[in-house]
Amino acid sequence: MPKAESSTDPNSTGPQQIPGSEIIWDTLVNLGVETVFGYPGGAIMPAYDSMVKFPIHHVLVRHEQGASHMADGFARVAGKVGVCVATSGPGATNLVTGIANAMLDGIPMVAITGQVNSALIGSDAFQETDITGVTLPITKHNVVVDRPEDISAAIKEAFHIASSGRPGPVLVDITKDAQQARCEYEFDPRPVELPGYRPEYSTDSNDIARAAEMIAAAKRPIIFSGHGVVRSGSSEVLKELVDKTQIPVASTLLGLGGFPASHERALGMMGMHGESWVNKAVQQADLIIAIGMRFDDRVTGNLANYARQAKKIHIEQDPAEINKNVIVELPLVGDAKAILDQLLPIAKKGDIEGWLAHIDHMKGDDAVIDIKELPDNGKLYAAHVIHELWKKTDGRAIIVTDVGQHQMWETQYYHHDYPRRLVTSGGLGTMGFALPAAIGAQFGDRDAEVWVVAGDGGFQMTAAELSTIQQEKLPVKIAIINNGFLGMVRQWQEMFFEGRYVSTPMLSPDFVKLADAHGMDAFRATTLEEAADAIAKARAIDGPALIDFRVVQEDSVYPMVATGKDLDDMIRRPDGSTEGPAVADLSKQKHIKNPLIETGDDE
Amino acid sequence: MTTTTESGESTDNLRTFVAYVEDKPGVLNRIASLFRRRNYNIIALNVGRTHEPGISRMTFQVTADAGMAKRIEANLYKMVNVLSIEDISEVQRMVRDLCLIKVNVAAERRTEVLNLVEIFRARAVDVSTDTMTVEITGAQGKIQGLVDALRPFGIVEMVQTGTVAMSRGTQGVAARMAHTVSAGGQAPAARRSAGSMT
Ligand SMILES: Cc1ncc(C[n+]2csc(CCOP(=O)(O)OP(=O)(O)O)c2C)c(N)n1
Repeated sequence: MPKAESSTDPNSTGPQQIPGSEIIWDTLVNLGVETVFGYPGGAIMPAYDSMVKFPIHHVLVRHEQGASHMADGFARVAGKVGVCVATSGPGATNLVTGIANAMLDGIPMVAITGQVNSALIGSDAFQETDITGVTLPITKHNVVVDRPEDISAAIKEAFHIASSGRPGPVLVDITKDAQQARCEYEFDPRPVELPGYRPEYSTDSNDIARAAEMIAAAKRPIIFSGHGVVRSGSSEVLKELVDKTQIPVASTLLGLGGFPASHERALGMMGMHGESWVNKAVQQADLIIAIGMRFDDRVTGNLANYARQAKKIHIEQDPAEINKNVIVELPLVGDAKAILDQLLPIAKKGDIEGWLAHIDHMKGDDAVIDIKELPDNGKLYAAHVIHELWKKTDGRAIIVTDVGQHQMWETQYYHHDYPRRLVTSGGLGTMGFALPAAIGAQFGDRDAEVWVVAGDGGFQMTAAELSTIQQEKLPVKIAIINNGFLGMVRQWQEMFFEGRYVSTPMLSPDFVKLADAHGMDAFRATTLEEAADAIAKARAIDGPALIDFRVVQEDSVYPMVATGKDLDDMIRRPDGSTEGPAVADLSKQKHIKNPLIETGDDE
Repeated sequence: MTTTTESGESTDNLRTFVAYVEDKPGVLNRIASLFRRRNYNIIALNVGRTHEPGISRMTFQVTADAGMAKRIEANLYKMVNVLSIEDISEVQRMVRDLCLIKVNVAAERRTEVLNLVEIFRARAVDVSTDTMTVEITGAQGKIQGLVDALRPFGIVEMVQTGTVAMSRGTQGVAARMAHTVSAGGQAPAARRSAGSMT
């Protein structure tokens, strides 16, 4: 790899004197970084000035929040540390939402910020913000560096901390004088050693044997596949385990794709907007094998009545998550893949035929059969759009969602068979995430077909990044599910606030013209036919494209578990068809009055 | 009122932890921030240097049930600057506070106060015409006993250090130790390595 001349002079012997600003990039290059997302400003200018000497591609964002979301999207797709860069003060504070987002979802990210001269720290200097103080509770670790000698070690440590154990964001705040001063430097390739940081655990083989016994003895077992399955690369071994034991698999939001949705034992997503048969199965199970998930309140509903009949095995790398929300019988702390690798050879299929038949009965023939069979009533539903997108992309695209109703519909109608193909903000639920995260995702996999699925509200939060897409010539496709409302909030107002739509109707610009102003192809679709057509056209375009899908305005996501309610206490679609025949017969029903039966067992 | 043991500690879920931390700027802030964020209620906190350069030792007391204590331990263990953490609530231990109490006492009542000081094995460290300052070391129960006894004289001011604690016997909390998690929902149990600070 080409390096800065100053550090790779062929005639040189031993370390060279180079400025801190070059040490930053040389270290990043040595750590394998090729792309960073950032925005310049006073306190980081020395670093920017040195950047061009190194084989680093810098993506100029339009708002630093975009930089942190891009680094996040990159990390989720590439499985590597994402890097974002900003100046001190407002540059650094603009990163905060993206850092908090990465923290809650456990995304490996390193944020590099400029800081005022070390002599000025504490003096309320121009653009001075105590960013390590600000980000203390939302980073895995952070550090101020005020000497060039410390820069390389700090960045190496940041990468190590960000990517090991439960991953997370690490911020390195580098003073301007540390960037400008010179020191002797040579990259130290030895692995990082931090005396207080030992995140690896090994699991007792007796405990794994006990897990195997519990699995063999269970009559109604269920596996939960969480983000940890994706992160640890356990998809293959999990599939083998399920093929062997036939245990059905429910997913968390961030676990989707970790286990193939088309597998016959895949149940789909559980939780607040989980499929009804999944939530019921959870409540009826006698054994839960939870892998790489943390029993978030969106997954459990009312804890007091959560899965009371089930013993729980919790495979998790962070001991602080054990017994946090749910008390478990058997914690297996360690890397999910290492544990599953040990469990696979000794696991046996139990006597679970009755249970499988029961779940199949609850599930009905096919979760989406109704969508496919729907008579076209001239209206466009978000579910149609996403189902169509799934069909047209053969389920292989990277879908980057924003937050809201469209996000939940995505989980219901886009069936993910592959890990790292759904990029979505789970823990923080950050609107504005999709567009920048999709840019990062495209850098994480240059050959992938990347689609943004965003609401009209969230899209506008970070719409400025449209011009970043153009400047970078990225082929990102954008689907705006435009319902004229802050849809998810509107749904809650309808259900829990007697329909008072306070501050949720939203006027949007003409998105087609907006795209046009960016020199981007764009289409509008108001019917199913137009939608299918627009998706096909957008896919045929080499570059980016945007589609404004004008969907039914007051549609809601069903089923739904209201906050604080038991997991199987679901709100169902209010319609005559919801009182239809038993689940298994649903697909045979001739006259489905409801234009949109979101799940096969909407009984 | 909370009940107290013979060593003078409250038994209402009061847990005592010992942590070794890197002696770096901001470390205390990090730990305090964790307590605030996770809503742990600190009863007492003390930090001081140790015989090993660059390593400080913290003692802190928190009200927590056993499950919460495990998570406090696990969350502190995760911190990069925390070298080791151990819950010593269930082992034999010495627990001490130091307290200075300045009382109103005119010359003619000094002996009365000195008698109390004697009974509590405290000592007088300063005397003025109208006041006397008493120093006492011990567990909270003992200190509170003296405070109550002196109250009728009129306490001008008092100050206490945070509690410090150490386990009894030959074993010590190691500055650096591996963290293990055992089955049965009891995570994590810090392993004790005898004496040495490896
Ligand atoms: C930054 C941020 N602000 C507010 C919210 C609260 N919120 C959650 S969903 C939602 C509505 C989203 O509307 P839209 O983007 O149009 O998507 P839709 O729900 O209609 O699909 C809001 C306001 C949030 N999640 N994130």
